[in-house]
Amino acid sequence: MMFLDYFLTSVALGMTFLLGCTGEILTEKVGHLNLGIPGIMCIGGASGCLALKFCHGLPGFLAVIIAILAAILGGAIMGAIYSFLTVTLKANQNVTGLAMTTFGVGVTKYIMNGMAINAYKNYLYALKYFRAPFSSAATGLKYWGIMMYLAIAIAIGAAYVLSRTRVGLHLRAVGENPATADAVGINVTAYKYGATCIGSAIAALGGLYYIMDFMGSVEAYKTIEALGWLSVALVIFTLWRPHISIFGSIIFGMLYLAGTRIPTLLGINLGMSATPLLQMLPYLVTIIVLIVVSVKNKKENQPPASLGLSYFREER
Amino acid sequence: MKANTKKFELPFHVIKRSEIPLWKSLLFRVIAVVAAILLCSVLSIFMIEANPFKFIGTLFVGAFGTPARIWAFSKDAALLLCIALAITPAFKMRFWNIGAEGQTLIGALAAVAVIIYCKALPEWLLLVLMFVAAILAGAIWGGLPALFKALWGTNETLFTLMMNYVASGLVAYFLLLWTPSGSSVLGRLNRGHLPVLGHENLLLIVLVLLLTVGIYVYQKYTKQGYEIAVVGESENTAKYIGINVKSVIIRTMLISGAICGFAGFLIVGALDHSVAVTSVGGMGFTAIMVSWLAKFNPLIMMGTSAFITFLDRGAAQVTTTFNIDSSFPDMVIGIMLFFVIGCEFFIGYQLKRRSHDETKDVPKPAITAKVESKGENEQ
Repeated sequence: MMFLDYFLTSVALGMTFLLGCTGEILTEKVGHLNLGIPGIMCIGGASGCLALKFCHGLPGFLAVIIAILAAILGGAIMGAIYSFLTVTLKANQNVTGLAMTTFGVGVTKYIMNGMAINAYKNYLYALKYFRAPFSSAATGLKYWGIMMYLAIAIAIGAAYVLSRTRVGLHLRAVGENPATADAVGINVTAYKYGATCIGSAIAALGGLYYIMDFMGSVEAYKTIEALGWLSVALVIFTLWRPHISIFGSIIFGMLYLAGTRIPTLLGINLGMSATPLLQMLPYLVTIIVLIVVSVKNKKENQPPASLGLSYFREER
Repeated sequence: MKANTKKFELPFHVIKRSEIPLWKSLLFRVIAVVAAILLCSVLSIFMIEANPFKFIGTLFVGAFGTPARIWAFSKDAALLLCIALAITPAFKMRFWNIGAEGQTLIGALAAVAVIIYCKALPEWLLLVLMFVAAILAGAIWGGLPALFKALWGTNETLFTLMMNYVASGLVAYFLLLWTPSGSSVLGRLNRGHLPVLGHENLLLIVLVLLLTVGIYVYQKYTKQGYEIAVVGESENTAKYIGINVKSVIIRTMLISGAICGFAGFLIVGALDHSVAVTSVGGMGFTAIMVSWLAKFNPLIMMGTSAFITFLDRGAAQVTTTFNIDSSFPDMVIGIMLFFVIGCEFFIGYQLKRRSHDETKDVPKPAITAKVESKGENEQ
């Protein structure tokens, strides 16, 4: 029973990683390494909560929809800033991404601290709608709310679009070799902007999900940044495949919770000092996966060929 | 025919600059900074309901208002500069070391561990041991990702990033071990203090300035510095002229990590005399901006680190004066970075008005000039 609870909770937590990871995969597939994802996830949570603040009194399902739309909008705006700097102005992607994270985390802190006290009851009112249909369950099942199914649907949808449709083919072509894609008439700039903005919007949902659904607490924004970095790492863990990332995110969820759950689960007392060591697990596992993927060096497991490079049509 | 196939066309045309005079590139950066400060001022009107002049004035008061503030400013700028110096050789080699945070933290942890476990040693020997331990710890933390990058091309960005979290996990673990109460707050240790030179922050500043000159000379006038630059420009070129790329990558990251460890040693020996998970406080990431904005030139980095510290401390003063949230500095720095990052475009590229007959008007950038400017525009 305790294991079941651990598993159910891990699956729910994993959805945070899944949304962040799916968003980052879309962005990386057009050749942009967006290190701003942690900041964008924070912004998603903040803009969703900001919207909820004004929703008090509206029917619950409507509040949930408005919050989701607000998060999407917030993420898309961040994505647009990132694309403008890296696509149009051809700025360095790593530096721009890190600046996005600094900015996003700062703005989020500002928004969340400003509303922490008076908006708290608005949250609790919306929480049970976010967690529908299992909001009254006693176990980890209570986290299995509507946004979780949305996350899985988005991941499957992204996998389908990327591998089975013309749009996905074009998108991957842009990421592999923008000059060739340009030559056959694909609008490289439009694809880069589109994929980055949609990807950022999806990642932003991850932040909203974590604050509003999984944690159900305004204080939760403080840990999103670390989760965001893990989502970026999960992209490599799942070899740029959104459907694999569903399982990858569950594994990451289990690893992330291992520090607090495993000792009680096994009925052993490791002592309090062991908790930080167990909490290092997801990071250590990511490092091991990074190494294994690079050592095996399979052709289909490599990142998009033009990842991290700006495209300038007149370059030869 | 031509006109029909083109759906949408901007009224200007982007071409790559072959070269740009220094005054012009500086002018663009100044314009970007001024524009960013103006935007922040406008924001401040809404957020703090003060006029923009008051906002800008408060920035200066916060950074330089009193002698104590000037000292604190210099201390912060020096520490940030030290970490930025550490990552510079790696970045110049296009090795994306975003793990300076962890490398510095593990250096600080190692220094504190020496203080805690070597109680019997005399003070000078203790300091030497702290120094060695911190540098070794930093070098290991930086060298591991480099080793795998060199051998198998493992993604260094994520590897170094994950090492940050491993470092902070280790700090959290040892803090629990060292504090019997379980409070995980290690008080100010009364041993292992660096000697005070006039003012308590002066020694730190002098050491970092010496290091700046050292790194400048290393990058500009030594064979190793040249090898780093070549590997950064093109790994293939480096291979053809007989540079052992793998050993350059590993060696440079060992140096980079070691200097981060040195920064950690300074934090313990000269400033905090303690360690916490937040000891480095995001400086490892800010340092990347410092280094990148200065185009990896250590002398210019003195200016960029002073500038970012000025914004940070100034904006912090704004938060206390006008009683707003402490997240304000992060937002100001973020906005500033967007502008400065964006302005690099106008330094590397030029907008030319389209004429009706397109084909005649496209100037081809000279091939030689392109090769020269390549390094600047595409790091």
